[in-house]
Amino acid sequence: MELLDVSLVNWSRAQFTLTAMYHWIFVPLTLGLGIIQAIMETIYYRTGDEKWKHVTKFWMTLFGVNFAIGVATGIILEFQFGTNWSNYSWFVGDIFGAPLAIEGILAFFMEATFISIMFFGWNKVSKKFHLVSTWLTILGATLSAFWILVANAWMQHPVGMEFNPDTVRNEMVSFWEILSPFALNKFLHTVWSSWIVASLFVLGVSAWFLIKKRDIDFAKKSIKVAAIFGLTASILTALSGDGSAYNVAQHQPMKLAAMEGLYDGQNGAELVAFGVLSSDKKAYNDSVDPFAFKIAFPKALSLLAYRDINAFVPGVNDIIKGGYESKTGDKLSFTEKQARGKVALQALNDYKKALAEKDTVSAASHKATLMANYNYFGYGYLETPEETIPNVPSIFYSFHLMVILGMFFIALFSVFTFMSFKKNIILEKQNLFLWIALLSIPLGYVASQLGWIVAELGRQPWTIQDVLPLKASVSGLSVMSVKITLFLFLTLFTALLVAEVRILVKQIGKGPHEESK
Amino acid sequence: MFTYSFLQHYWWFIISLLGGILTFLLFVQGGQSMLFSLTKNEDERRILINVLGRKWEYTFTTLVTFGGAFFASFPLFYSTSFGGAYWVWMAILFCFIIQAVSYEFHSKPGNTYGKTTYQVFLFINGLLGTILIGAAVATFFTGSDFIVNKGNLTNQLAPVISQWGNEWHGLEALLNVRNWLLGLAVFFLSRTSAALYFVNRISNENLEKQSRKAVLVNALPFLVFFLSFVIWTLLAEGFAVNPETGVVFMEKYKYFFNLIEMPAVLVLFLLGVVAVLWGIGGTVFNKNFKKGIWFTGVGTIVTVCSLLLLAGYNNTSYYPATPDLQSSLTIFNSSSSEFTLTAMTIVSVLIPFVLAYIFHAWRSMEKNRTDIADINGDDHAY
Repeated sequence: MELLDVSLVNWSRAQFTLTAMYHWIFVPLTLGLGIIQAIMETIYYRTGDEKWKHVTKFWMTLFGVNFAIGVATGIILEFQFGTNWSNYSWFVGDIFGAPLAIEGILAFFMEATFISIMFFGWNKVSKKFHLVSTWLTILGATLSAFWILVANAWMQHPVGMEFNPDTVRNEMVSFWEILSPFALNKFLHTVWSSWIVASLFVLGVSAWFLIKKRDIDFAKKSIKVAAIFGLTASILTALSGDGSAYNVAQHQPMKLAAMEGLYDGQNGAELVAFGVLSSDKKAYNDSVDPFAFKIAFPKALSLLAYRDINAFVPGVNDIIKGGYESKTGDKLSFTEKQARGKVALQALNDYKKALAEKDTVSAASHKATLMANYNYFGYGYLETPEETIPNVPSIFYSFHLMVILGMFFIALFSVFTFMSFKKNIILEKQNLFLWIALLSIPLGYVASQLGWIVAELGRQPWTIQDVLPLKASVSGLSVMSVKITLFLFLTLFTALLVAEVRILVKQIGKGPHEESK
Repeated sequence: MFTYSFLQHYWWFIISLLGGILTFLLFVQGGQSMLFSLTKNEDERRILINVLGRKWEYTFTTLVTFGGAFFASFPLFYSTSFGGAYWVWMAILFCFIIQAVSYEFHSKPGNTYGKTTYQVFLFINGLLGTILIGAAVATFFTGSDFIVNKGNLTNQLAPVISQWGNEWHGLEALLNVRNWLLGLAVFFLSRTSAALYFVNRISNENLEKQSRKAVLVNALPFLVFFLSFVIWTLLAEGFAVNPETGVVFMEKYKYFFNLIEMPAVLVLFLLGVVAVLWGIGGTVFNKNFKKGIWFTGVGTIVTVCSLLLLAGYNNTSYYPATPDLQSSLTIFNSSSSEFTLTAMTIVSVLIPFVLAYIFHAWRSMEKNRTDIADINGDDHAY
């Protein structure tokens, strides 16, 4: 049998990362702007004020441009599980495929049907039916996000399944367990943070109109909605972020250790508010202080991770060495897990052979060994403890920058909410704040991407936490094939992004009045 | 609640039905392939783009749902075919990626590459998308070059379960004439359906005249390619499965026997073909007949559904492996677990509800035929 090229895994990862990150440029704006435009249309429906209709239609045009490219970049993500991660598709397809199918049946058709009425139905259906269609469009998009995030959460925290050695795959045993609190929190955190991205977009674009001293009434109306919506979303995102970190602490301790740059565990562990990692740290066990500089809150990490100020939070070394107390009772070292993983792999092999030879007694014995060690199955593919450590600097900085940006967003939306309701403040004269709002548009995208870097890079080397590593998930392709498609995606998506940005800029330049003619 | 076998058959039916609906909705692609040939000026092209642009998302969504449903119900197909026939699926996906932006971008200022580029994107999607999907589905009857060995998972240096037999990764399917026949049949069918759709939807004398002509011009090659594929397939060897042992073997006239042994499928197939011909014939021979798309559309769904049932039912391998027959996929050895299929079956109860709101929305948006004045009066027109 032909051996897998080791670089195949990295190129396949690169392709998935590229396509997922591109897709995620467009999705948050869709999820948030969809709600904002629906709120605006609701105001129009309730007040009958035509100005709100113009406001709605302006943002709807931008929504349409962004939505189209979101759809274009999204299709590859679903099919890529099969094209580039075929082993994964079989090994967990029994569980992972269901949310994707439900997404198609329940969410995509809702989006596709009602978006058509939303765009083209202004003069063809009643005001009420149109408003319902606008809300159903974003409900469909949000439901779509729900199902794909359920699937992603399951990769981080695989539950509701059982390994079947006869079919050599994991099989679903509980649908409700898959809809876990982990999944719900992930969904809320992701969607609420997407609302921030869209609020920043609306706020920033409206600020530009005010800076230019044009379309003042339109811009103020938009800012009022975006500021309140953005403030609400920022607070909800912070709250659900706490839930996310708590879940990570319970189920992905290595990811938490990387997020905090924590190599040696502590009781009453401190939370790093700001830190610079030391470049002298070369190996996880070299006893070099990982920080060149840091400001930390004492005991806060223990409190946030385990709701107990004195709880023990394991670091990278503890997780590799094992032997520490944890709520999940998992105290095995990497070496022990690896050994048990290899036993599980061998037992599966022996079980298959025994079955082929119709030796039912041996088969039963091998199956028992396999199932007793199955929790560590994925570790059987790993060779060194270093493989279990994700890239600490990338995750540490991504996490902390994301949190800092989150705090900034709360402050920014608070200021604009205050200003937009204070009658003696003339918004169009607040040039400094308007410029800050305009320049903050990209920050929402940055924070959103950083969140995904923490979530996905932090899960490495696993595609499914502790069950299946990347190297056992890929398709048997040549590296050149993956390189070519990666390059094609890079070229095509970049070209489309350039077009999208230019169209948006032109549409914004035309302004709402042009749009409403 | 249901037996495992029932669930496997039920989900193959759902896949077949989705395949039929997708083939019908490919009329959008067919229409895109006629953007330059059917129209005389930019106004007419704009009408075509706008009537197709109100439907493109249904095709796209059905394709994605088809993929998702296949993943959930027959994951071994998903991993084997998508990971193996890599280049064919990637080519299909690229065709659809460029389509997804084209409607929204093509007439917007600042679109960077010019209107014609996006129209060419639509044309490419219409031409290659249909032919490649048809050719890929034809391999359900002609076989593919792969081997499945689940035991490979324990090989730590090469744990790949499904291995493709050559470096062409699916493109070799284009060397098989029978795959081309179905590919071209789907292409011409999509163009025929598009022409019928234009007759039904557009209020423009010249476009209607041209569309009626296009129905005949495209229906003839469609019939030639489709009948050649069907007759060849019915007379060819098929990939049979021994129901007792699961052993796959070649059987002469397998698909013909399937048709005879499953009279319900035979009736469906014949009704479907008659409906397709009725829609075409009515439009060609009766100048006042505008409802051809409904007959041909429903006929397409039923015919394609019954063809896919022939591939998967009655102890047949629906995704045959030519180098190692025992690696071939059947609805039994490639399906999800009983639990997952049951859960998915419960969800599928909602499908009629989804179809109902699509129908309602479609009707409320299409009370009148479209002309250039409608498009000029719509500020979101493409």
